[in-house]
Amino acid sequence: MIAYLIRRLGQSVLVLFTMAVLVFFAVFALGSPVDMLASPDADQAERAALAVRFGLDKSLPVQFATFIGNALHGDLGASFVYGKSALAVIGERLPATIELAVLALVFSVLIGVPLGVIAGLRPNSIAGRAIMSTSIFGFSLPNFWIGLMLILFFAVYLGWLPAGGRGPTTNVLGMELSIFSVEGWRHLILPALTLALYKASLVVRLCEAGTREIITQEYIRFARAKGLSRFRIIRLHLLKNMMIPVVTILGMEFGAMIAFTVVIETVFAYPGMGKLLIESINRLDRPVVVAYLMVTTVIFVVINLIVDFLYVALDPRVRLSGPNE
Amino acid sequence: MQAAAKSPRLSIRRFTTALVLTALLPTASAWAAELKLAYSSSATSMDPHFHNASQNIAVARNMFETLTQMDPDSRIVPDLAESWKKINDTTWEFKLRKAKFQDGSDFTAEDVAFSLARPGTIENSPSSFKIYTGSITKTEIIDPQTIRITTSTPYPLLPADLTSIFMVSKKASQGVTSDKFATPEHMIGTGPYQFVSYTPDDRVVMKRFDGFWGGKPAWDSVTIRFMPNDGARMTALLSGDVNAIENVPTPDIEKVKANPDLVYAAKKSHRLIFLFLDSGRESSPGVKADNGKNPLQDVRVRRAINMAIDRKAISERLMMGLAYPTNNLATDQMMGFDPTLETVPYNPEGAKKLLAEAGYPNGFALTLGTPNNRLLNDARVAQAIAQMLTRVNIKTDVDAVPFSAINTKGNKGEFSAVMMGWGVQTAEASSGIRMMVACPDKARGWGVVNWSNYCNPKLTEQLIALTSEMDDAKRNDMLKAAVHTVVDDMAIVPLYFQGMTWAAKKGIKIIPRMDERTSAFTFEPAP
Repeated sequence: MIAYLIRRLGQSVLVLFTMAVLVFFAVFALGSPVDMLASPDADQAERAALAVRFGLDKSLPVQFATFIGNALHGDLGASFVYGKSALAVIGERLPATIELAVLALVFSVLIGVPLGVIAGLRPNSIAGRAIMSTSIFGFSLPNFWIGLMLILFFAVYLGWLPAGGRGPTTNVLGMELSIFSVEGWRHLILPALTLALYKASLVVRLCEAGTREIITQEYIRFARAKGLSRFRIIRLHLLKNMMIPVVTILGMEFGAMIAFTVVIETVFAYPGMGKLLIESINRLDRPVVVAYLMVTTVIFVVINLIVDFLYVALDPRVRLSGPNE
Repeated sequence: MQAAAKSPRLSIRRFTTALVLTALLPTASAWAAELKLAYSSSATSMDPHFHNASQNIAVARNMFETLTQMDPDSRIVPDLAESWKKINDTTWEFKLRKAKFQDGSDFTAEDVAFSLARPGTIENSPSSFKIYTGSITKTEIIDPQTIRITTSTPYPLLPADLTSIFMVSKKASQGVTSDKFATPEHMIGTGPYQFVSYTPDDRVVMKRFDGFWGGKPAWDSVTIRFMPNDGARMTALLSGDVNAIENVPTPDIEKVKANPDLVYAAKKSHRLIFLFLDSGRESSPGVKADNGKNPLQDVRVRRAINMAIDRKAISERLMMGLAYPTNNLATDQMMGFDPTLETVPYNPEGAKKLLAEAGYPNGFALTLGTPNNRLLNDARVAQAIAQMLTRVNIKTDVDAVPFSAINTKGNKGEFSAVMMGWGVQTAEASSGIRMMVACPDKARGWGVVNWSNYCNPKLTEQLIALTSEMDDAKRNDMLKAAVHTVVDDMAIVPLYFQGMTWAAKKGIKIIPRMDERTSAFTFEPAP
């Protein structure tokens, strides 16, 4: 178990370092932040002063060494644009994105699991076929387009929901969350749904396949023969066995979801880290772009770890151990 | 029995209707006085002296004021300074208005001195406001309503520069760093709206300031939302999330005009769109001519390019009227505008003849750079220009790059021809000439973005003389002469002034302005 953890952490550090190198140099190649941020009226002296202020007067390897050195101390640099720690800038917007992604995850399970089970239990019924063919749309239609259509229908045409933005927030344990007000939910529902649709389709497919496989198993027949109620069979024997792959996939996909909020947040003018990333790329605010990718990588790594542990909890046959143990 | 059973139900319904109506009434009246405005770019700080970027200035404008300001037609008019006069060539005296800060204290010369000194003290600014206060060497408080400002050299542009320096309350902001600024205690200005809250990348909420010296503000509350995405901004307006927007996406303009629930306005902005043509280098990376020379060094070739561009077609067919063709460097009311510099008519035959005269009867190959996310329809306009040039045998390719990359490429000298924009922030032509056309000169801070690599000693002389000329009428004549030098020599090729657009819900009046700085005053409840 400990060996496993150490190996896992080692891999994560390697991933983080590779990301840092890639991002640092990629953003550098894009253009000089000084040219971008200096006012058009700024003279040569002001531009040179700006380069010194940002540390851009030094050579690229020196800049990178400084960056790595500071990063090892947990300092990812100060945002050029906001003038404060890049991590703090991201931290301000992190709750909004996490809130959106978690809600989308919940939506995808709430939508995907029941529909998938129904389709799996009745594969040849009209409902079953309809669910399966609709899920193809969830896969294939581009997310941002679905978002735009939902906005057009629910916000512009019907006027029921706001077209974008975030509702009023309440401070809970130092995080600004909007799920505690009706207005907050009204703002969250469309972006969360848009974000959830792709994952929901995935869950539908997984659950349908799982159900169809499990339903033919001996223990299900046995349970049925014992006279257990249909509901009890589904809840105890079917769902529990079927959830293992679903949890694994969703855990892995949660990271992807956070990454995908970049698109959703742009379409819905939602003030999370995704919108920040896009704007920071446009402004060449390198410390924020690098810090964003570091933060998302850490989230990915942590989630994968959690998934591994959840896996153990769900399936007692699985042990976390290395090949030598 | 039946009737009796029906009537209470009816009355319940009536009661519900009444309840709904009373619930709706205050909302309806609140709507009338609540401005929800979407900006097309996000402010990065609330501290009005932190980051010199147009969207930050536009946000601050609602809460803070400046000594001088630009009116909707970009003329310099009084704001917190009632009047000003020159004491001598380097000293100005400003008489201040009797105004109150939003915390109830008086606005005095003390605050002015503090506000003028503050930009220079902000160390980590991404783009400093110091460039507007750098000329000031001394401020001298004569009395609470009078302040004298001394500049190191005669500096006629001081009133223009002061339109960008916001007056903050010394009491409320002394010792406060920029990242701690966004609270109601520190955000104290003299403007018509008072700060309530700020959510980064999302919104700024403000309320009416009843002690405003200029009378009762038009709106009870103002919310500014940041919506850089065109689609998000447009749907927010259509759905009523906001009731006013700036920068209507060009593909939607016709629909907005036709929509009976919306009002639309457009105005010529001070942003000049032009071409840099590399006339300074013997060999330039983006031109290829049979004789191996850089044809752009010949003024006849540059004039031919000017004649080969059909500005009218660009304006009408690509820009939906949002391009105002010009051969000048400033708009009509600005200093340095020369009415004798008329827009060059489209003349492809004349262009071919000039090219032949210059020794290029078969033309040459050219790469035209352009940003693709900065100016209105930038990449499409560049494509059109490339086609027009190709028609006169200058075989032109377009190199469209994001704005974040084009500046670096340009400053490295990677372009031979590139389309760019310049906002005439100082409301006169000299700032653009100094930055983009003057010979690069670090000591003076000139020629910083001279991507044409143009250098003309005659122009340098003209600029030296006019930048210290304190008499406005004389300076105007000198500036016109300098503009003539630039245009006659085609140091840059002026194309058109870009238009700026706004849209709002019916019932709101739009007061369009030239300086691209949308604020709550851009909109009023229609009478």
